[in-house]
Amino acid sequence: MSFLLFDNMRNLSGFTIPSLKMKTMQVTFEYLAIFKKTVAMHEVFLCRVAAHPILRKDLNFHVFLEYNQDLSVRGKNKKEKLEDFFKNMVKSADGVIVSGVKDVDDFFEHERTFLLEYHNRVKDASAKSDRMTRSHKSAADDYNRIGSSLYALGTQDSTDICKFFLKVSELFDKTRKIEARVSADEDLKLSDLLKYYLRESQAAKDLLYRRSRSLVDYENANKALDKARAKNKDVLQAETSQQLCCQKFEKISESAKQELIDFKTRRVAAFRKNLVELAELELKHAKGNLQLLQNCLAVLNGDT
Amino acid sequence: MAAEREPPPLGDGKPTDFEELEDGEDLFTSTVSTLESSPSSPDPASFLAEDISTNSNGPKPAEVALDDDREDLFAEATEEVSLDSPEREPILSSEPSPAVTPVTPTTLIAPRIESKSMSAPVIFDRSRDEIEEEANGDVFDIEIGVSDPEKVGDGMNAYMAYRVTTKTSLSMFNKSEFSVKRRFSDFLGLHSKLASKYLHVGYIVPPAPEKSIVGMTKVKVGKEDSSSTEFVEKRRAALERYLQRTVKHPTLLQDPDLRQFLESSELPRAVNTQALSGAGILRMVNKAADAVNKMTIKMNESDAWFEEKQQQFENLDQQLRKLHASVEALVCHRKELSANTAAFAKSAAMLGNSEDHTALSRALSQLAEVEEKIDQLHQEQAFADFYMFSELLSDYIRLIAAVKGVFDHRVKCWQKWEDAQITLLKKRETEAKMMVANKPDKIQQAKNEIREWEAKVQQGERDFEQISKTIRKEVGRFEKERVKDFKTVIIKYLESLVQTQQQLIKYWEAFLPEAKAIA
Repeated sequence: MSFLLFDNMRNLSGFTIPSLKMKTMQVTFEYLAIFKKTVAMHEVFLCRVAAHPILRKDLNFHVFLEYNQDLSVRGKNKKEKLEDFFKNMVKSADGVIVSGVKDVDDFFEHERTFLLEYHNRVKDASAKSDRMTRSHKSAADDYNRIGSSLYALGTQDSTDICKFFLKVSELFDKTRKIEARVSADEDLKLSDLLKYYLRESQAAKDLLYRRSRSLVDYENANKALDKARAKNKDVLQAETSQQLCCQKFEKISESAKQELIDFKTRRVAAFRKNLVELAELELKHAKGNLQLLQNCLAVLNGDT
Repeated sequence: MAAEREPPPLGDGKPTDFEELEDGEDLFTSTVSTLESSPSSPDPASFLAEDISTNSNGPKPAEVALDDDREDLFAEATEEVSLDSPEREPILSSEPSPAVTPVTPTTLIAPRIESKSMSAPVIFDRSRDEIEEEANGDVFDIEIGVSDPEKVGDGMNAYMAYRVTTKTSLSMFNKSEFSVKRRFSDFLGLHSKLASKYLHVGYIVPPAPEKSIVGMTKVKVGKEDSSSTEFVEKRRAALERYLQRTVKHPTLLQDPDLRQFLESSELPRAVNTQALSGAGILRMVNKAADAVNKMTIKMNESDAWFEEKQQQFENLDQQLRKLHASVEALVCHRKELSANTAAFAKSAAMLGNSEDHTALSRALSQLAEVEEKIDQLHQEQAFADFYMFSELLSDYIRLIAAVKGVFDHRVKCWQKWEDAQITLLKKRETEAKMMVANKPDKIQQAKNEIREWEAKVQQGERDFEQISKTIRKEVGRFEKERVKDFKTVIIKYLESLVQTQQQLIKYWEAFLPEAKAIA
């Protein structure tokens, strides 16, 4: 997929850039789960871009959607990667300085406080959700081994319990598939959701950072203008510079505000969708499991 | 026919109580066959070897483990308490720490007054009438509960005392319901006595729970954490299952040591059970010697049944060990899952708090609550995984070791017989030599020795045949028990899984509208 497209969009500073995730594909059952996840992610990304008032008009985007032959996308070369690295370093250093500046605007002040806390908590929730999902998978794997052992017992036992063991072994095999699906669905609907909003909230923070940077630039320009006026030197230059900064700041503030409001709307919608789907899937699997177990018990009790 | 049973004469030169046992065995065999033919007794089989608790006779052996934290130990007893009775429901929603919960029965077993003869118990004195009465009275029952672990003493001399409660309608006991306090070494002492009396003649004596230096040290030192309460609970349940299995054995049930263990308020301390005592070290040496012997004895197996069975048990042992390992892994992962779910629940709650959209915030809090409940569910399931499934397997792994031991004793018995035959041959040769050499006094001596060894050979053959017979019967009984045990416990375990799923459905069904309500 297009990292370059992603990068170009990043450079349009007034906007939060939808985050893209790449996952390597694995063979077997997990392949499908991963595939599902990836498709979903890409779909979300593209829909976001398409829905975006400005980004949808981007030429890169159009090429991406319409060009019916292979896009030969150049990956980042070493220089660009290095640039990224330094940019990040500067950003984090700057971030410390810039975040100390309190905002006059209530809206942005509230957003900053909110995002800081939200981001951290989403990060925590994402990590914990991951661990939970993995434990589920481990338990499912155990079911698999138990099923095999029971099968071995069933084929080797000399008493009439062998039929019993075989039936229970079959049950464990089937229930294990369901448990594995529970784990995969939790991963898709919960873990991925949280991961996505981890990145989203990071992107929102980055946006606030860029605005703060711009504010600092603006304030610096103001100070420079005052100084120039006092010395009566290079006043025009200072005025122009200050005006530019002011425009930039106001523009970024305006679009940032919109973006942040949209972020909230999208977040609420995404959570709603995923939580509903999660609950529905959990229900489906629990019911499936229950059916399996009850059927098996009926057979076992009937035999004994 | 039931002979008049007198306490066997002591000091009749026999090394063991073997003889009296033999008679006792015959007593019951004949009784059973008579009972089986009598139409008036509903289930004579329930009385003897096969299944003492086939009918609702109280908790099936390993089932008891399940009920440890609940009161239903005796609920299934002789009354018709259905498996779905409400008291049984909360097995999986019990309080988190079951350690010192007393096992109080919900239904008392009413003694069979009409059929019970309140005669003073006499050891081994069971008249046939009594036995029939009991069988007719529908119950040959005895139920054991082990409960109320209590720490006695302080520091390194401290120990846990457990209450052993017996409920029975058997007339051999003084009362129909009684309880005593016992400590772990008492149980080991009991097993040691029973093993020394019955193992080498072919009875499969259920093994006692294992010692644990680490576990007990923690308890002694006074660590009141969850791992030591878990340890105590695990031990309590194991002791209960051990006693249950032991009393289900018709021959062992008759043993006076067992009765003393269950009944008498004071018991002499079994010091010899300590690992580092003189007796303990002797045991270890003997075990090593046995192991060496096993490798060197080559027996002419005339009976293919024994070879077959040994192989089967070997296979079964291996399979059970593998299964046990997998189940232990499941228990571990389930506990992990529970912990991770709890952590996630807290995290989701925090996220909900910082979410500034009201409806979403509420939904996230609800999600946190659901996950918290689910974490509880996982914990209880892990409990069931362990106490029902895992412990069943580990019990049987140790039982099979006991079975293998019994087979080994048979080999030793054969060896003894073999040796006696060889010695007899030698004595005969000696006699012949003496005849040729014409030494009259030596001849007489040789003749005496020959008589002596002829008797020993006969005895050896008898012993060997007896142990072979006993083992066949024991193995038959064991296999029946095993099948029943496994079926019962695994079905119970599956029912626990059913409960978990049902709860999950409830929780998610409650959450779904909350999620949909996000606007």
